[in-house]
Amino acid sequence: MSRFNQIIATTALAVAPAVGAQSVLIENATVHSLGDAGTVENAAVLIKDGRVAQIGEGLAAPRGGKTIDAKGKVVTPGIFDPLSALGLVEVSLIGGTADDAVEDTSLSAAFDVAPAINPRSTLIPISRIEGVTRALVAPSSPSAWLSTPPGHVIAGQAAVINLGKPATAIDKRQVAMFVTLGEHGADFGGGSRGGTIAKLRAALDDAKAWNALSDADQVGNKGHYSIKRPAREALAPVLAGNMPVVARVHRASDIRAALAVAKGYGLKLVVAGGDEAWMLADELANANVPVILDPTSNLPANFERLGARADAAAILHSAGVLIAFSNEDSHNARNLKQLAGNAVAHGLPWDAALAAITRNPAKIFGLDARLGTLMPGYAGDAVVWSGDPLEVTSFADAVVINGAVIPMVSRQTLLRDRYTKDGEWPRAYK
Amino acid sequence: MALRTAAVVLAAALLAACGSDDEASGEARAAFASSYQALPSKSTLIENATILTGTGERIDGGSILLRDGKIDKIGQHLRAKADVTIDAEGRWVTPGLIDAHSHLGVYASPGVGPTADGNEIAGPNTAQVWAEHAVWPQDPGFDTALAGGVTSMLILPGSANLFGGRGTTFKNVPATTYQAMKFPGAPHALKMACGENPKRVYGSQGGPYSRMGNMAGYREAWIKAKDYLKKLEAAEGEDGGEPPTRDLQLETLAGVLKGEILVHNHCYRADEMANMLDLASEFGYKVTAFHHGVEAYKIADLLAENNVCGALWADWWGFKLEAYDSVRENIAIVDAPEGGCAIVHSDSQYDIQRLNQEAAKAMASGQRAGFDITPEHAIKWVTANPAKSMGILEQTGTLEIGKMADVVIWSGDPFSVYTLADQVFIDGALLYDRMNPERQPKRDFAVGIVEVSQ
Repeated sequence: MSRFNQIIATTALAVAPAVGAQSVLIENATVHSLGDAGTVENAAVLIKDGRVAQIGEGLAAPRGGKTIDAKGKVVTPGIFDPLSALGLVEVSLIGGTADDAVEDTSLSAAFDVAPAINPRSTLIPISRIEGVTRALVAPSSPSAWLSTPPGHVIAGQAAVINLGKPATAIDKRQVAMFVTLGEHGADFGGGSRGGTIAKLRAALDDAKAWNALSDADQVGNKGHYSIKRPAREALAPVLAGNMPVVARVHRASDIRAALAVAKGYGLKLVVAGGDEAWMLADELANANVPVILDPTSNLPANFERLGARADAAAILHSAGVLIAFSNEDSHNARNLKQLAGNAVAHGLPWDAALAAITRNPAKIFGLDARLGTLMPGYAGDAVVWSGDPLEVTSFADAVVINGAVIPMVSRQTLLRDRYTKDGEWPRAYK
Repeated sequence: MALRTAAVVLAAALLAACGSDDEASGEARAAFASSYQALPSKSTLIENATILTGTGERIDGGSILLRDGKIDKIGQHLRAKADVTIDAEGRWVTPGLIDAHSHLGVYASPGVGPTADGNEIAGPNTAQVWAEHAVWPQDPGFDTALAGGVTSMLILPGSANLFGGRGTTFKNVPATTYQAMKFPGAPHALKMACGENPKRVYGSQGGPYSRMGNMAGYREAWIKAKDYLKKLEAAEGEDGGEPPTRDLQLETLAGVLKGEILVHNHCYRADEMANMLDLASEFGYKVTAFHHGVEAYKIADLLAENNVCGALWADWWGFKLEAYDSVRENIAIVDAPEGGCAIVHSDSQYDIQRLNQEAAKAMASGQRAGFDITPEHAIKWVTANPAKSMGILEQTGTLEIGKMADVVIWSGDPFSVYTLADQVFIDGALLYDRMNPERQPKRDFAVGIVEVSQ
């Protein structure tokens, strides 16, 4: 187990301490802290050395620091996308820019997205100027039109990034292990969901057996395993209950199968997708299994999502399930606030909807001691909104990530500027 | 407004055709004709509402009377007797929303192989196929779209082909046959597609391999269509002559050349839209709308000069290279010039449920960039402008006296994320009521699966 302890030590969360970062004071704000402070009116948020230092009234502007006058507007923690491919996919249909899935059965749990992340992706400025400050960058499973793609039920390991400075973009590697169950998962189980669960169990059994061996017994070991050594070792923190297992799954019966596996192996399960999770709301709440869903997914998109409904988020929340929202559309991660607003329109309390795109993702991935909340000691991620942050007509007026004020510029704003200013010469000279 | 005039003439011609059919009593109904009948309605007076008329006006404290399926009166402080009076204090009223780009029924839910009927990938020119022949009236997406206030939509074939086939305009009413949903008198559309899709789909099966091949493919088809039309006209002329053997593909293209079928052209890049306008002028037809047009903002003036609408998304981008140069202000910029015609379309069974929110995002993005856009103007992007592009503006799309009573009562400001459609009327009939489960249609596919298994 010494190896496993090493992994934990080397991947501990590094909220970039932003060496030499200026202090930032956001004043005259209505602050939704999402923490013990609750909502504070006429308040100021002081961010120092990349972290929230203080929230309260009448805080003095820091010497040499920046002051943002929120003019009475709402300030929230940054939005945290719990299910993105930010930095992994630039243009979806251009293979060379898409690194989210591996068509290699032998990699399995050993596939780690972190080295593939490009923090200079244009999606990052486009998302952060709209208030998205953190994201889980997740592997997905290969899919193929009318054929069975090569791949493994275990898709690989996700990382958490911040959308600030590229050099310090990766906050934490190996945050969660992804598995693909249900209809898509059956592609990796020989054509049946039963096969998928058997392969998942085999992989977990192999990892359990392997990681129980002493170093001496591992040397020269010729045992037969369903997954290779790097994958067996990557599963150690999963089996120790330290790394959440995110299962992409929709149908109620498939969720129940995942719950059984999680119970059997002591896994920390997270349901992603979960169109029918509302049917098992009490079971999920009792098992402390969070659900990451798209609250606008209300159609029977296929035969594993027949129970999809617009008020699923409200049902899960009122049963006590921890929920977070994603549209799994990294190009429009900026629309998570619209998802939250729609969940409110269908019965979810406003505070719970805001938490589902800020605090709850941090909590699901065990990062809630540092992220997702505007409280002293937390990462200095804050957004000043032009109005109600969940409203479709509101925008981010100012964004701070790790204590750095973000320039409100992206490839999209520059293209806009090019085509809204007239001149005699071609636009290429602007 | 040349386009508007053309649409009027066209609508009149089609109505005349319908009339003559009616007169020929006893004769067989034209093949695939609309059998739509308005559902039973009561005269309904909606009072105290904030009304966005779709003509660019806003009436505060407004009333509207729906009678015999039509808009009978509209204004402030109306006095009128009606079977039903609805106090809409604090609520808003708009025309029924119209989606100029839907694949409901042809790419139905559940989205599985057997319901994938939107692309006839048999060759780059399938102008002979009609989307309506594949529309599955039991698609549950029609019901959720209705709950989103959508009363009409143009259902198009997909974009795999240079010529994808004909699209048809529908009223969003529950029915067992598509004919009973077909918008009476609406012209057909021809779906064309530029760019990446045709060359991606056919690049491995005989071409087109490139955008050069795309252009050559269109031109060859139009040359044949002109020839076909010439023979048709000659046969109809004084000298008579043998008409050409009926050819479904050329019949569609000739319909475009005659101005009876409206061209709805999937096209993302600015340079390609300009190419398509040149192509249209080479062969003497009109492009009614460019769809998707992620780069439409680069040629907003050119579109306005040519009376071409841009049917666009508020923010979709990046799924392919031709969708890479997106800006949030695309719709506002296309809307801005004199004669500019912006449409917010969905192309999605999900976003069609929230066309009002998509328009809200486009409006707010424009306002933030300094464009002066009011809600009473922006509502046109999802009502009057799509109606214009579909050739049905004379019948619906605005709240004007005499038009079809296709009306939505919203729970509040339709440009808010928290607002839902409370009641939806089509031809004066209450098709959807959020507070009354008995007035919430449910397609057959939604019956007996979830509730029985609980």
